[in-house]
Amino acid sequence: MPELIRTREPFRFCTRLHLSELTGLRATTLGQLLALIKEVPGSSIYHHTHRFLQQHQYLSPEPPNDFAYWVTDILGEDELGERLVSIDTIQYSTIRDLRDKIASTIESYLNDNPLAKMKFARAGEEFHFIKSVSFILPTNYIAYDLSEFAEVLKKITIDSIYFHIFEARLRLEKPTNDFAFWIENSLGDKKLANNISSFDPYTGTLEDLRKKIIRMVERRIA
Amino acid sequence: MAEIERYIPLVGQSIIDDLKLLGERLKGKVIQHVNSTPVGGGVAEILSHMVPLLRELGVDTKWDVIKGGEQFFGVTKKFHNALHGRTEEITQRDFEVFMETSQQNIENLDTYGDVVFIHDPQPIALVKKRSANKWLWRCHIDVSNPNEKVWGFLMDFIAQFDSAVFSAPAFSRKLPIRQFLIPPSIDPLSDKNKELPQEMIDSVLKKYDIKKDKPIITQISRFDRLKDPIGVIEAYLQVKKYINCQLILAGGTAEDDPEGFKVLGEVKEKAKNDPDIHILILPQNDIEINALQRASDIIIQKSIREGFGLTVAEALWKAKPVVASNVGGIPLQIKHKYSGLLCHSVQGASFAIKQLLSSPEYAKKLGENGREHIKNNFLITRHLRDYMLLFLSLYHPEDVVHLC
Repeated sequence: MPELIRTREPFRFCTRLHLSELTGLRATTLGQLLALIKEVPGSSIYHHTHRFLQQHQYLSPEPPNDFAYWVTDILGEDELGERLVSIDTIQYSTIRDLRDKIASTIESYLNDNPLAKMKFARAGEEFHFIKSVSFILPTNYIAYDLSEFAEVLKKITIDSIYFHIFEARLRLEKPTNDFAFWIENSLGDKKLANNISSFDPYTGTLEDLRKKIIRMVERRIA
Repeated sequence: MAEIERYIPLVGQSIIDDLKLLGERLKGKVIQHVNSTPVGGGVAEILSHMVPLLRELGVDTKWDVIKGGEQFFGVTKKFHNALHGRTEEITQRDFEVFMETSQQNIENLDTYGDVVFIHDPQPIALVKKRSANKWLWRCHIDVSNPNEKVWGFLMDFIAQFDSAVFSAPAFSRKLPIRQFLIPPSIDPLSDKNKELPQEMIDSVLKKYDIKKDKPIITQISRFDRLKDPIGVIEAYLQVKKYINCQLILAGGTAEDDPEGFKVLGEVKEKAKNDPDIHILILPQNDIEINALQRASDIIIQKSIREGFGLTVAEALWKAKPVVASNVGGIPLQIKHKYSGLLCHSVQGASFAIKQLLSSPEYAKKLGENGREHIKNNFLITRHLRDYMLLFLSLYHPEDVVHLC
């Protein structure tokens, strides 16, 4: 077993707990959906592209965003739903960019399929815009080396993993996820950092994600 | 062992650790819940479980109940129905009755909390005495299509709160105050939801003379028109033409629901010629309700309107296949054909029941998926977390709150 590097500055695990804030805004047609996507706060775009990850931990593969789900299941626009599903969220480093991509995808579909503008959601099936309000708290867990890091990963909540992988990068606009950043900058392990930052965390469940990172770290210190 | 620790085997240590972290952030604040009944109905049930747990987490939590006579609760029941979209004749006198009792409560009830948390419309007028403290209004009702006269009357009060809380996105409307989505929850360790030995389930069936010789379909609900017990009997009768089965309609009445006895009479009349329809009055007998749910093959919740429909969560937690109306908070709990079946009519309900009775493996899978969904999203531990975040939000208006 290689000697473990211990850092002076440990990794401090935080957790992110969220509260859903209602905006009172709702869309019945694709046109309304598009207009509201352009004007709602970034925290609403964030909510609708990340909610499923936390609420449907047992579904795999996850429906990646609420817009795709509504367009497909309520309006019956399967092709647009597929285009929205396949937006590669990991490629976008800011909510602004992600919002622009979602809006331009719907716009281009409406240009090609003007009849889609005529479809209405039934009463009770409108799209309701919600915002995520995040509360970030430090937990009591810290790690000075990879062994401690792997042990904490086994114990912390899914919310903590979620925060360091998804929220820190996209919502707080950090260049990479927190785990990869610490491993590269504090432990100097560029290879492991690259491995952790290069896979797409949007394609599995959060529990799968936890297992995958633990496996990578444990393989590294074996 | 502290009560909160008993949830660790169900949800994990780290979830409970998070709750304790939040509790520490609320030290020194007094949270005062106010509602209209100490027992009966979903609100009192949730509060009776949440208040002691919040206290254990270090949140100084109190619970007060307003006073009101038969006339007042008659009016608030009309308000309740009207907010749910039912046609009700609301007179000026009704508003006067509401305000007369409200004025007495304003004079007699001390609103001492740092956060005063008002549940539903009955105590809403207390906000008139707000001072520098924070005020929350929790709406447990489906107000997606309310009677505008009643809603307009309430809006004068709602606008004076800091924030409002709704159970489902469809209930939200444009408001001049912040509004949050917090679905209610079930307590997996309560008498209504805990595991029961088979002998206890059998003894409850025996007590009510129900034999397990044919499939049991059950609706657990107050006897209330919005729960459509008559529609349940009609759906059952359609199923019965093809599959020999029995129906249980069980529930109590709440102190603030004077209409319940009238509806019960109508249900008894509709069921009187069928010995396979069991109408059971179970006021606050949670163990028996638990046993009946566990003894059932299918749980139905054919509500016309629903604040949330906690009976659906209760049934899914017991991994039961559920047929329920696509109203209120029910679609948050059931993803159609994945964790239950949603319906819109008597015909739809009877078709879904037939389908489940004919395909037990499919029914089993729906129940298992449903239990997992409830575990992740609708247990009391999630609800405690949301409420504590809600209290913190009163002191932090931003979208990303750093509590480091």
